Amino acid sequence: MLLLLCVTAVAVVRMRGLWAAVMMMGIYSFLGASWMLLLDAPDVAFTEAAVGAGISTVLALATLGLTTTRAKQRSGSSMLPLVIVGITGAALVYGTLDMPHFGDPDSPANSYPHPSYVERTEGDIHIPNVVTAVLASYRGYDTLGEVVVIFTAGIAVFVLLRGSRSRKRTHRSEGSEVRVSRHD
Amino acid sequence: MTDHTILRVVSKVILPYVLLFGLYVQFHGDYGPGGGFQAGVIFAAGFVLYGLIYGLAAVRRVAPPRVIEILVASGVLLYAGTGVLTMLRGGNFLDYGALNPLHPAEGQHLGILVVELGVGITVASVMIAIYSTFAGRGRA
Repeated sequence: MLLLLCVTAVAVVRMRGLWAAVMMMGIYSFLGASWMLLLDAPDVAFTEAAVGAGISTVLALATLGLTTTRAKQRSGSSMLPLVIVGITGAALVYGTLDMPHFGDPDSPANSYPHPSYVERTEGDIHIPNVVTAVLASYRGYDTLGEVVVIFTAGIAVFVLLRGSRSRKRTHRSEGSEVRVSRHD
Repeated sequence: MTDHTILRVVSKVILPYVLLFGLYVQFHGDYGPGGGFQAGVIFAAGFVLYGLIYGLAAVRRVAPPRVIEILVASGVLLYAGTGVLTMLRGGNFLDYGALNPLHPAEGQHLGILVVELGVGITVASVMIAIYSTFAGRGRA
C-alpha cells in the first residue's frame, strides 16, 4: 500500500498534463484513505476520502478551468530541490526512530488519557463512538474553533472573489462575521 | 455537459443516495464512523455533482447564494448557541449535561447531536459556496 502511494506521488511529480496530475492526486488521496482504514481509523479515512479525494479534486479542476491545463517547462537544474527534499525526508525519518512502536500499549498516547476516555464515555454520554464523544463533548471547544476556521474560510472566499463584483454583498458578509465573533 | 444523456441519467439516479448517505453519516455519527465534518462534505459533494452535470445555474436555483450565506453563519451560531444555552441552564459553556439535569448523559447525547448538526450545516454550505464561487469565476 505504501509502495502504491510512493508510485502515485512520483507519477504526479513527473506529469506535465495538469488534468491527469489532478486525477492522480485524487487516487493518492484514496490510497491514503485506504491506508487509514488499515490502521483502524475509519473516521480519519472517511474524512480523507471525502475531502482529499472528493472536494479537493473538484476544486483543483475548477481552478484548472480558470488557468491552463499544461505545466510550464521549467528551466535550470532540479538537483538543489531534490537535495533539500532528501535532507528533509531523512530528518523526518530520523525523528520517527525515537517514537514508540505502532500499537505499543506503553506509549504515552496509549497510557495516559486514552483508557480513561474509552472507559468513561459509555457512562458519561451514552454513545458508543468514542471519537465523536471526544470530538464534540470532551473537546467541544476545539471543534467550535475548527468550525469557526471553516466559517472564516467561507467568508474569505466571499469577500475576495465576490467583492469586486458587488460592494453591497461584501458589506453584508462582513456584518455576519462581526455578529458571530461577538457570540463566542 | 448538459447533452450527455448517460451522465445525466446516472447522476440523477445516484444523487438521492449521495444526499441520503450524507444525512446517514450526519445522524449516525454517534454510533458509527462519521460526524458533522464528513457529512457536510458528502452532502456538498452531491451539490457539486449536480453542478458538474447540470451547470452552475441549476445549483444556484436549488441553493441560492443568499440562503447559503445565511446557512454558513447559522451553523456556527447553532454550535455557539448550544454553548450559551448550557450556560443559561446553569452549566459551563458547551457542558451538554446541563441540557437535561436529571439525566446528564442524555443531555450530552442531545448536545452532541445538535452541535454536530451545526458543524454539518456550516461545512456543507461553505463547501457549496466555495465551489459555486470558483466555478462562477470562469464565466464572469
